[in-house]
Amino acid sequence: MPDGPQTPTGRVIGDVIMKVENVSLSFGGVRALDNVSFDVREHEILAIIGPNGAGKSSMLNCINGFYHPQEGAITYKGKRRDTAKPYEAAEEGIARTFQNIALFKGMSTLDNIMTGRGLKMKRNLFWQALYYGPALKEELEHRAKAEEVIDFLEIEAIRKTPVGRLPYGLQKRVELGRALAAEPDLLLLDEPMAGMNHEEKEDMVRYILDVNDEYGTTIVLIEHDMSVVMDISDRVVVLDYGKKLAAGTPDEVKRNQDVIDAYLGVSHD
Amino acid sequence: MFYREAGQFKTTYQDDQAVFPVLQDKAAVFLLILVAYAVPFVADEYWLQAIFIQFLVFALMAIGLNILMGYAGQVSLGTGAFAAVGAYACYKLTTNIEGMNIIVAILLSGGCAAAVGVVFGLPSLRIKGFYLAVATLAAQFFILWLFNKVGWFYNNNPSGTITAPPRELFGVLITGPSASPEARYIVCLTFLIVFAWFAKNLVRGRIGRNWMAIRDMDIAAEIIGIRPLQTKLLAFAISSFYCGVAGALMIFCWLGSAETEAFDLVNVSFRVLFMIIIGGLGSIGGSIMGAAFIILVPIFLTNFPPMVGLDISTALQKHLEEIIFGVMIVFFLIVEPEGFARLWQILREKLRKWPFPY
Repeated sequence: MPDGPQTPTGRVIGDVIMKVENVSLSFGGVRALDNVSFDVREHEILAIIGPNGAGKSSMLNCINGFYHPQEGAITYKGKRRDTAKPYEAAEEGIARTFQNIALFKGMSTLDNIMTGRGLKMKRNLFWQALYYGPALKEELEHRAKAEEVIDFLEIEAIRKTPVGRLPYGLQKRVELGRALAAEPDLLLLDEPMAGMNHEEKEDMVRYILDVNDEYGTTIVLIEHDMSVVMDISDRVVVLDYGKKLAAGTPDEVKRNQDVIDAYLGVSHD
Repeated sequence: MFYREAGQFKTTYQDDQAVFPVLQDKAAVFLLILVAYAVPFVADEYWLQAIFIQFLVFALMAIGLNILMGYAGQVSLGTGAFAAVGAYACYKLTTNIEGMNIIVAILLSGGCAAAVGVVFGLPSLRIKGFYLAVATLAAQFFILWLFNKVGWFYNNNPSGTITAPPRELFGVLITGPSASPEARYIVCLTFLIVFAWFAKNLVRGRIGRNWMAIRDMDIAAEIIGIRPLQTKLLAFAISSFYCGVAGALMIFCWLGSAETEAFDLVNVSFRVLFMIIIGGLGSIGGSIMGAAFIILVPIFLTNFPPMVGLDISTALQKHLEEIIFGVMIVFFLIVEPEGFARLWQILREKLRKWPFPY
């Protein structure tokens, strides 16, 4: 067990796994991110919060490789990755869910989760066409892994259902499952609880905490539900108009005057 | 009443992933294959030559296009061109290399078509939908023009046609004008069964899932590590391989000799497109059903009205055929985009409960 600050639940926070330094991103005249710096430590849950349009999703997109910041550097596991492609991020162990569900609608739950394991499957075209011997063995091994994820998320009953037919809450869960199937080191969750009712939120929080606890996955999440954020995250980064307002433990952030002003507004007289 | 899977429990993932998980289905498919191999003993030459062999060739092509369009979501109107590449490659290979095994030649010409398919698939990284369709349309026109224009492709034959030379397999003549329709039928049938099986295996494994992921949501596919260009190009390659093999069979086992017109836009590209729309996008079985339908409708229109005493002219027949296809395509696009394959599935669901639906 590495040394490091312990969280109330007894998890051990490790070294810095990803560093975001002075990142700026503009779309024409719009400055989506302005000189943002923070770091993410191994095994922690880091929340990024901020009002609408603060640049939270843009930040995830930069980490993910959808956007490439014009200035600054993103270092992941000691390697610069601010110019990398999204699939390279996946190869390096970064998985992600989307704010608007981005599942493969025509495929079943099981197939969606199996796509998450695609990077770990190595058999070539020839064996795949035969679906026999090594290819079959590999397929079954990964099916067993996918079933572990299905088991973990309690979605056994819908494994053969096309995801387009599932209700919203379950779709969110399947999307998390697809990300988990890749066994990521860093999991980016973009509003995993948006639009859910109270029970669904509680379930989702339980899964996020379990993932973090059982697999030691580092989690960066964007969320608007403050009670959730304050409860589960180890540290919080606050963005507003593309700038970093504050960072620290939930308690520190809650007491920060700038944050209170950004959320509640400030009088101009 | 007999179509029940009650009592058929799956205890391993392998059983659960079988292509035909229900025992009755498996039996039915085996029976169908047996019947298909028995057809030459009953059918006469007209049926074999004009209907069955044509159906087998087009079914293979439909599977090829369905891999590209139904599974990988890349629209293509270049089917005819890729088939022509296969046919001309096979002609060049067999006429220039003495003693080459005909099966090897057909597979190699599939490979040539795959290479051409990859080249014309390159724009797919940048453009989608209709625009990609237009780019593949360029392949269709350019390749046929090339084969017409450059004499090397048809060995400077003054008639401008390519003719399948007679070739034997296991001592039986299977290509060329003097080969028996029975032998040619068996060759095409075997090709179709083997390649349909390969296609089914591909689409239910990792490669097929990657294709469908790109089709359904390319952004999400990219973040879980699927490389868009490689995946799309692989789909183009495999699809063109199927079309190329079908094209080679078209000349060598069905038509005997042909010009580039045999592979033109309307006769091949659009026809195969109709087959997969009516049969079902994203279904191997659907491709085969669609091919059967498109080929049987004209035959039905020729034979049925005289049987009931109606005398319709050939021109009217042709018009009726087009009207029926048009209506069917509009119907399927609106009502059941998944085509016959989906209707078949619904029928099976109903059959499971029949005769006690509650």
